[in-house]
Amino acid sequence: MNTNSNVYTIIYSTILVVVVAAVLAFAASALKPMQDENIKKETITQVLSAAAQADESVTISEDVVAMYAEMAVDAFYVDGNGVIGEHMNIGKENKADIKVESTSYLKAQNDIIKKIEAGQTELLSTLALPVYVIKVNSLTVNVIPCYGAGLWGPIWGYIAVAEDGRTLDGAIFDHKSETPGLGAKIAEKPFYSQFQGKKFGEGEKIFDVVKGGANGAENGVDAISGATITSQSLGKTINTWAKYYQPYLNSLAAQTDTETEESAETEENAEVEDATVTEEE
Amino acid sequence: MKDFNLKETLLNPIFKGNPISVLVLGICSSLAVTVQLKGACVMALSVTIVTALSSLVVSLLRNTIPNRIRIIVQLVVVALMVILVDQVLKAFAYPVSKTLSVYIGLIITNCIVMGRIEAFALGNKPIPSFLDGLGNGLGYGLILIVVAFFRELLGSGTLFGFRIIPESFYDLGYMNNGLMILPPMALILLGCIIWIQRAIQKDLQEK
Repeated sequence: MNTNSNVYTIIYSTILVVVVAAVLAFAASALKPMQDENIKKETITQVLSAAAQADESVTISEDVVAMYAEMAVDAFYVDGNGVIGEHMNIGKENKADIKVESTSYLKAQNDIIKKIEAGQTELLSTLALPVYVIKVNSLTVNVIPCYGAGLWGPIWGYIAVAEDGRTLDGAIFDHKSETPGLGAKIAEKPFYSQFQGKKFGEGEKIFDVVKGGANGAENGVDAISGATITSQSLGKTINTWAKYYQPYLNSLAAQTDTETEESAETEENAEVEDATVTEEE
Repeated sequence: MKDFNLKETLLNPIFKGNPISVLVLGICSSLAVTVQLKGACVMALSVTIVTALSSLVVSLLRNTIPNRIRIIVQLVVVALMVILVDQVLKAFAYPVSKTLSVYIGLIITNCIVMGRIEAFALGNKPIPSFLDGLGNGLGYGLILIVVAFFRELLGSGTLFGFRIIPESFYDLGYMNNGLMILPPMALILLGCIIWIQRAIQKDLQEK
């Protein structure tokens, strides 16, 4: 047979491509459940790592799924108006049912946020931003994610906010392809440990990653030298996402206020408390 | 067709004809993945599997491949193996696959794989081709592991993530060599390995 004829070459390459495609499709679908499980574990690890910074004595164990099932108090979605929506399974009955939202979900939410930023405010109520409420010994923290564009690819992170809705107890960041040794340092301890004890601001600038140093500002951390764009993007990402969590975080703040100052309880605060109590049920 | 000494086919690329230290192929990935021993071992294993299996498959197909599109066919076969390895790692060794990130995908561009297919597998029977691919993968892996051993030991004081250099050394003023973490040191170590090999094997020295 003439293996150099045109017809043979075309038929040969067609068959080859179809066979290879079939093998790859089969492998991808057979391995997908295991890969998804790994991604879920990674998300859980990051949520827990952010929360665990609230208490130094807590270390992340090997079995993150069991640890999450034990420590999680609640997990739910909030929209851009602070209204709590559907709850996620936190695996109290069956660890395999734990639901956390991976980066692909955060990306979809980020796309909605971008549209709102561009002026489509009617989309505020369609947002469904995840909140993970984790109990770290005596403290309860709300872990909120953020997601945005870095220099080369997406960057994302999880920030643990204390019950007052303002104080940060910890944070952890990750990235897809920031420059090793520069932008990639956002995922390293010296950078993220700066977030502990900081507070979200109340005005336009909720949080910032400041080039040249935050100089002790409550709502800012030092940027990374040599990684200007990554630092700026991270600041912008945190700021944008915190803005849409703000209504929810403010309701938390109002709730703690009423708890501490029960005598000075205003009608409005009482309403907020009522609302959150029913929502927690 | 020549008859090969199968043992020689397998062992020659590991020492005498090592793809990195003698042929100087695949340098790029050996700089990138040798900071930690664990990553280097997984990379070595992945490259070995890819070279061995793609050599085997191409050798099985060698009489049917149309000559005009042979490079494309080889590339498709290699790409298939690399994607399979990548998928398997993502499913069973997720943390390692994250540290190796793009370098697993870049095995496709590793000159060793295509080089051995073009030079050996296209003209030889499946079994010698498989052994040749296996040997070249192992030869590549051997150098990777030696380089990673020194880089992790001297650069981080650990091996496979376990602390080897005791804390008391650090208390006495010993410090990790930060240069070891950076790619240039991998190149210098590779140079040393080539130097040692040429000192032993006189026939490699150019006159």
